Amino acid sequence: MEIVQTIKSAFTAILANKVRSFLTTLGIVIGVTSVILLIAVVSGLQTFITTQIQGLGSNLLFVIPGRVGGARSPGGIQENKLVYQDALNLKMKLAGEAEISGAVQKNATLQFKNKNDKGAAVFGVEATYPKIISIKLSGGRFFREVDQQAARRVAVIGQTVKNNLFAQGQPLNQSVDVAGQKYTVIGILEPRGSIFGIDQDNSIYVPITTAQRQFGIDRLNTIYIGVNNPGNVAGVQKKAIAILKKRLTEDDFTVQSQEQTLSTISQITGVLTAALGGIAAISLLVGGIGIMNIMLVSVTERTREIGLRKAVGARPSDIRNQFLVEAIILSGFGGIIGIVLGVGISLIVGRFFTTTVPWWSVLLSFGFSTLVGIIFGVTPAIRAARLDPIQALRYE
Amino acid sequence: MTLVKLSKINKIYNSGEIKFQALKNINLDIKKGEFAAIVGASGSGKSTLMNIIGLLDKPTTGLYELDGQNTSRLKEDNSARIRNKKIGFVFQSFNLLPRTSALDNVAMPLIYAGVSESERKDMAKKALEQVGLDDKLNSRPSQLSGGQQQRVAIARALVNNPEIILADEPTGNLDSKSGQEIMKIFQELHNQGKTIVMITHEADIAKNAERVVKIMDGEIT
Repeated sequence: MEIVQTIKSAFTAILANKVRSFLTTLGIVIGVTSVILLIAVVSGLQTFITTQIQGLGSNLLFVIPGRVGGARSPGGIQENKLVYQDALNLKMKLAGEAEISGAVQKNATLQFKNKNDKGAAVFGVEATYPKIISIKLSGGRFFREVDQQAARRVAVIGQTVKNNLFAQGQPLNQSVDVAGQKYTVIGILEPRGSIFGIDQDNSIYVPITTAQRQFGIDRLNTIYIGVNNPGNVAGVQKKAIAILKKRLTEDDFTVQSQEQTLSTISQITGVLTAALGGIAAISLLVGGIGIMNIMLVSVTERTREIGLRKAVGARPSDIRNQFLVEAIILSGFGGIIGIVLGVGISLIVGRFFTTTVPWWSVLLSFGFSTLVGIIFGVTPAIRAARLDPIQALRYE
Repeated sequence: MTLVKLSKINKIYNSGEIKFQALKNINLDIKKGEFAAIVGASGSGKSTLMNIIGLLDKPTTGLYELDGQNTSRLKEDNSARIRNKKIGFVFQSFNLLPRTSALDNVAMPLIYAGVSESERKDMAKKALEQVGLDDKLNSRPSQLSGGQQQRVAIARALVNNPEIILADEPTGNLDSKSGQEIMKIFQELHNQGKTIVMITHEADIAKNAERVVKIMDGEIT
């Protein structure tokens, strides 16, 4: 029997049981849809993070406490040994080559008159901070070296803080209460949006000296290093490690470049893709078992038909191919519908959250669903092909 | 000219300890153009005989030559091919595909002969004309009477212009009037020179054949 005829017969058989065929296919549809959707979300996440990090500038180095990539993770059980003196050392030794800013962070409740802003992030940074990280002000100014040295209580506030505390009013030169102490607002940041649901604008920047004094923190969360010459990032990174090592051991800190951060993130998203893709693949597998189940039922139901076809001249291979093609069509169509749904939903989700559908995820899921059809179609098809025509014709 | 030649055919079924001999030393010749009835009670071995003649089963010992060809060493694919080209089956329970038009039911064996779709339709139409159902081409089995369904099945057996038509109790599921109609068709086919072997347990039906072979306990009497 020629293949075109086999495919036609398969369609006839599939359409004879429309509801059952649809339900059988549904398992594959859901599997493929979830594979594509999950991969789209994770790849979108990766694209988003990459753009965010690249947006910070490629000449940026971070010093963070602890050893990244080592047995212990930063901020975990390990004690943070990074102090302001380390930032000062870097500043002295790297003068002319890079701008340095230590940073501490604390969450606090802000208050202005009768209005509250709970859970705002208070960043204690240095006057050099705007030279390293590109931040834009929509009004006022950032604090200067003198403000920092005198540990003045001045603050630059984000848009959310402005909206929460001042509504339509003018915040500049107003006195805001930060965890019990009064700060004068001297600048307002432009809106920056949110990353993973964390509002980047619900933040307030104050001189690091002031923050350390008020909150009694001497450990630094981060030291930012902005390299003046982008071609010199690797050189500065080496020097920074050498400088920090004079006081600390190599387990106490990590100097990470953007490139390294990106590779760490792509490692994480790679694991995420594999894990989520694997879970979705299990649903494809379940779909495949569903197809096998229905094909076995179909072989039993059509025993007499198989007997008849064999009696009038169908070879075992004709019967086998007919059932195999049916299984492949069921799963292949499930795959196509799943791809359409997966890409469609990804596009809709993409309006709220970055998603990208990589071409390989489409190929992979279609290939996998067809493979599922073959693997789970073979057993019923062989069973059909082996039926004895005499017994099959007698089957009630 | 001999079309079917059975020599010393034995068929023994082995189910564990119990042996059952369904056919004992059968010698039977059927000539081209003959209309033979094989008559016997249920369990007499007539169905086994027919399955062997139809190449659906193989004898335990003995020689079966169909159209001069020794069939004992045929592989499954080859016997399927011979069934497709040389044998037309008519069953007691019609065995038509449900939800499938009379035309497509009749055309079905031609699919396995590799005949093109348009040619299949033409040939099936002609076969249905032969049994007087040219007005029911698109009817489904459920829309046809028992007699009409069996006529569709006969058309299906005729469509590939076989050497021999094997009918297993063709009137068994029909009332006597429909049965007579079917027998009339068989007579016509016989007059056209077709070879027909019919199995039945009814003497009334058997007398339509020009030759009656009686079988009892696996032996021709």
